[in-house]
Amino acid sequence: MSDIADRVRKIVVEHLGVEEDKVVEAASFIDDLGADSLDTVELVMAFEEEFGIEIPDDAAESIQTFGDAVKFITEKSA
Amino acid sequence: MFDLTGKTALVTGATGGIGGAIARALHAQGAVVGLSGTRAGVLEELASSLGGRAHVLPCNLGHAEAVEALPKQAAEAMGGIDILVNNAGITRDNLFMRMSDEEWAQVIEVNLTSAFRLSRSVLRGMMKKRWGRIIGITSIVGVTGNPGQGNYAAAKAGMIGMSKSLAAEVASRNVTVNCVAPGFIETAMTDKLGDQQKEKLMGAIPAGRMGTGEEIAAAVVYLASDEAAYVTGQTLHVNGGMAMI
Repeated sequence: MSDIADRVRKIVVEHLGVEEDKVVEAASFIDDLGADSLDTVELVMAFEEEFGIEIPDDAAESIQTFGDAVKFITEKSA
Repeated sequence: MFDLTGKTALVTGATGGIGGAIARALHAQGAVVGLSGTRAGVLEELASSLGGRAHVLPCNLGHAEAVEALPKQAAEAMGGIDILVNNAGITRDNLFMRMSDEEWAQVIEVNLTSAFRLSRSVLRGMMKKRWGRIIGITSIVGVTGNPGQGNYAAAKAGMIGMSKSLAAEVASRNVTVNCVAPGFIETAMTDKLGDQQKEKLMGAIPAGRMGTGEEIAAAVVYLASDEAAYVTGQTLHVNGGMAMI
């Protein structure tokens, strides 16, 4: 598991209060991890801060799953 | 009660009668205040009369870029914005049939759109902190309507609807969004009215007098306090009984 994935998982676990093993690649923040729409906005804010990147609104909308987030951040920080 | 020590508050329109009173009242409860308005000299005077814990942040809310910049300047000066008071307002009264597009647009821009932009901008910090207060100074005419103020009443009614929607979105984060609706208050804005108009208005106020800026400020202090944590999406009418809603 990459360092980025670990850091993203930590944020998701802390923010949504879910078990670490539930945060798998295909896990949808809203459908599987119990996030509401405001949670997803806050997650994106937390990602931006953790990784020092900007995630524009249209990109944020495409980040639906844990895997999406890791992929986006990996590409962005490359 | 109503202790605001350690809180930071940005007040727009602090050069006006009501805005100045709000800034003084929040400051008296211990808050650090950011004073915004178009007339820097008046803001400087207010700041020096308050002594410490006051920052002067001149801004013309009719300019979108200035509105975008204001929360950043305020956050830099004060270390954050816990309480936002959208108080700034202008009037461009005219009979509806004579009202120009410009008179309409200016009032909506300053009274409503700037409140939207400022609120949007301070939310991030408030959500992170899990504490925030957004207070809009609307008006009795936003609820009752008033001849000659189609633009102003629309902006003030808009502020109420906007606040309710936002309140529903962020309530779970301990951010409350409320409005205070002043009735007929002694300010430069109401000084412009003629004696005859004033007399007529007075007859419609059960309390038999105009209100003061301090009486509006007291409502703002309450809504800004920890004690009002369970009050959100509301409009508190302070009008001497002029309208009972």
